[in-house]
Amino acid sequence: MRAALISMLACGLGAQVPFERLVNAHREPWNWLTYSGNYQGHRYSLLKQITPDNVARLHPVWMVQFENSRTEVSPLVVDGVMYITAPNMAAALDARTGRRLWSWSRPVPRDLETIGFGRVNRGAAILDDRIFVGTLDSYLVALDARSGAVRWETKVADYKTGHCITAAPLAIKDKIIVGISGGEAGIRGFVDAYDAATGKQVWRLWTVPGPGEQGNETWAGESWKTGAASTWVTGAYDPQWNLVYWGTGNPGPDWNGDTRGGDNLYSCSFLAIDAGSGKLRWHFQFTPHDTHDWDSTLVPMLTEGTIRGKARKLIVSPNRNGFYYVLDRETGEFLAGQAYARQTWAKGLDDRGRPVLIPNMEPSVEGTLVWPSLQGATNWFSPSYSPLAKLVYVSVREMGAYYYKNEAEYKPGTMFTGGGERPLRQQAFGAVRALEMETGKQRWEFRLHSPPWAGVMATAGGLVFGGSDEGNVFALDALTGKPLWDYQAGGPVAANPISFAIDGRQYVAVAADRVLIVFGL
Amino acid sequence: MPTLAAFFVTAALCAQSDDLQRGKRLYEGQCAPCHGQTGTGGRGPNLAQPKLKHGSSEEQLIGVISRGIPGTEMPAAWQMTPREVKQVVVYVQSLGRIAKMDLPGDAARGRALFLGKGGCAACHIVKGAGTALGPELTEIGARRSPEYLREAILDPAKAAPEGYLLVEFTTADGKRITGQRANEDSFTIQILDSGGRYHSFRKSALKELKRLEGHSGMPSYKDKFASSELEDLIAWLASLRGDS
Repeated sequence: MRAALISMLACGLGAQVPFERLVNAHREPWNWLTYSGNYQGHRYSLLKQITPDNVARLHPVWMVQFENSRTEVSPLVVDGVMYITAPNMAAALDARTGRRLWSWSRPVPRDLETIGFGRVNRGAAILDDRIFVGTLDSYLVALDARSGAVRWETKVADYKTGHCITAAPLAIKDKIIVGISGGEAGIRGFVDAYDAATGKQVWRLWTVPGPGEQGNETWAGESWKTGAASTWVTGAYDPQWNLVYWGTGNPGPDWNGDTRGGDNLYSCSFLAIDAGSGKLRWHFQFTPHDTHDWDSTLVPMLTEGTIRGKARKLIVSPNRNGFYYVLDRETGEFLAGQAYARQTWAKGLDDRGRPVLIPNMEPSVEGTLVWPSLQGATNWFSPSYSPLAKLVYVSVREMGAYYYKNEAEYKPGTMFTGGGERPLRQQAFGAVRALEMETGKQRWEFRLHSPPWAGVMATAGGLVFGGSDEGNVFALDALTGKPLWDYQAGGPVAANPISFAIDGRQYVAVAADRVLIVFGL
Repeated sequence: MPTLAAFFVTAALCAQSDDLQRGKRLYEGQCAPCHGQTGTGGRGPNLAQPKLKHGSSEEQLIGVISRGIPGTEMPAAWQMTPREVKQVVVYVQSLGRIAKMDLPGDAARGRALFLGKGGCAACHIVKGAGTALGPELTEIGARRSPEYLREAILDPAKAAPEGYLLVEFTTADGKRITGQRANEDSFTIQILDSGGRYHSFRKSALKELKRLEGHSGMPSYKDKFASSELEDLIAWLASLRGDS
C-alpha cells in the first residue's frame, strides 16, 4: 500500500523539467512551464478546447486566496501541479483542486521598504527538480520542487539600498537569469546569471556601463552611478543563438534629467545578452534620455515575419512610451514602428527608430501635460502573440498626466525620482488592442472602462483572455475583439492569465486582487 | 508691549508658512511619486481630504510617516528628521482641509433655510438626518471652500464632485430612466434613480446609454434664495466640519 502510494506520488508530482522541455514547451501545451508560457515570450496557449462557441459556459472551478492584495503572480503548471508565488512565499498546489501540497516562506526584514512599487512577486521558474524564486530582500532561492525544501539561497543585492526582486527568474540550460527592481532608488541596474546547481553567480551584466566601458559616455559626470536601468520584468530567450533578451527601466532620477545629460544607455532599452558569457550582443534604446519614467521592462516577443519582402527573425514590443516596435532579432536593427496609443511627446520615429521629439514635453515645475502618463501606454503586464492570427494583443492605458520636476538628492535606500505626476483620471480609459505583428497597425480594439493593469493571453482556440481594473475577467474573439464572456471577480485584475489542461480538460487561471481563480467549462 | 506681542504672532505665522513651504518641497520629493503631486492619490491613497484613515491626528500622522504602515506599501521615512516629518505633516494636513474662516452669513438661519425653504434634506444627509440622493454633507465645510459651496448652489453642474455622473438610459423594452451612476465596470453599470431605486444593467443590453457630462441632478438655487439667504446657507454649510 505504501509502495503504491509512493509510486503514485512519484508519477503524479514528478517535476523533472530538463532544459529540453523548456525549449520544446509547445510539445506539451497542457503545461505552462515558464513565466510567458514559452521562451519566445508569447503568452499564447496552444490549447483549443475553449472556443468562441463554448466560452460562455466558462465558470470558476477552484480558487486560492493570497495574503497580499493586487497579486501579480503568473503561475507555472507542470504535470498537474501548480506553482504560485507571493512576496517571499512560494507554494505548490494540486492543480485539480487548489489544495496546497507544500509551501515555503522567508521572513521579510522588518526594515524592508519597496521604493516606488508594491510588495509583489510575479512568479517562479522551474528547471529539473527545482523551483527558483526571487525575494523582496533580493535573494534568489532554489527550492526542491517536491517538498519546497531550500536547496540554496544566494544574496543577489542589498535590499537596504532599494534593491528588490519582483520578477520571475528565467531558467536557461544550467543557469537562472534574474532581474532587479529599484529604479526609483538610484540603484545601478544589472542582469545576473546563477548556476542552477550551486547558486554561484556566473555573470553579471551592468545595465549602466562603468568608466571605460562603451556607453558610459552617455552619462554626464558621475550620474551613471545612480543611473537605475532596473530589470524587473522577465525576458525571452532564443536557443538558436543562445541569446537572452531583457528589457531595462528608466534612468535615475526619473523626472529630472538635468544631471544626467546624454542618452543614458542602457536605460529604456532591450538588451540581447549572450546567455553563456553575459556579454552584450546588441542593444536598442526606445526612449533616449527618458524623463517620463517609461521603463522598457516589458516582455520581448520573438516572432518571424516578412519585412519589405524579406523573411526575418523579429523581436516585437508595444512600448510603455506609446510606440510599437519591430526589430531584427539577430542585430537589433529597427525595421518598423508606429504609435499604438495616444502620445503627445514625439512626432514619430526616424528611420533608425529614434523618437523625433516635440519640444517642451519634459516635466516642469509648473507641470507639463503629456500622453501617456508615467504608467505608460502599457506596462509590465504581458502582451500576447498569436502565431495563428499573426496578431499582437496588448492591454493599453489611455491616460495623460501633468509631469512635475523637482530636485533629487541621492541618499541610499530612499526615493530618488526628482518629480512626479498628476494623472488625468477623469478622461482616462483602457483597451485591449490587436495589432498586426509586422507593422503595429491596429486591427481591432475592445474598450475598457478604466486603464488596465492586467496582461492578456491568446489561445489557439481563437480567444484572448484579459482582465480589467474593475474586476472583470473576460474573453474576446481573437479575430474581431468581440466580447464573448466575462466574470466579475470582485477585485482588480493586476496579473497575467495562463492556461493549462488536466485529463484533457482545459483551464484558464488568473489572479484578481487576493484570489487566484481557475476557470473551466 | 502690544508691539512685542504682534511681533511674536507675526513670527509664529511666518514660521508656520515656512514649515508649510518646506513641507511642500519634502512632500513633492518623497511622497508625491505615490500620493500624487497635489495629494489626490496615485499608487498611494488620496491625501487631499479632511480625515485620513491612518492620520486623523497630527500625532498619528507623524507616526505613519516616521514608521510607515506595516503590511502596506507605505514605507517609513527614516531619512527625514523629526522636524522634517512635522513639516510634511503641516503640508499634508493643509491638502484637504479648508481652514475655518469668518463668513458674513448667519449659520443658524442657514440651517433653517437648508431644512425649510431649500428642501435640501430631501437629497442630502447631514449628521445622520436627510435622504441620500446627493452627496452627504456632514463634513462639507472641511472639504470645500465657501466659493466652491456658492458655485455648487448656484451652478451645481460646474461643481459636480469627482466621479459623479448623471446618466440617461433606455432599456431594451423602451423604458427611459435618468439617474446617477453608482458604479460601472467594463461590462455593467449600476444606477440610482431619482426615486432612490438601484438598477443594474449589462451595458450591451441597453438600447442607449447617455453620459450627461456637465449635468447635475441638483437644480440651481439661483432664483430661489435672496443673496443674504445664500450667505446664511454658505455659513451653515461651512460650519459642517464633521465634528459633532
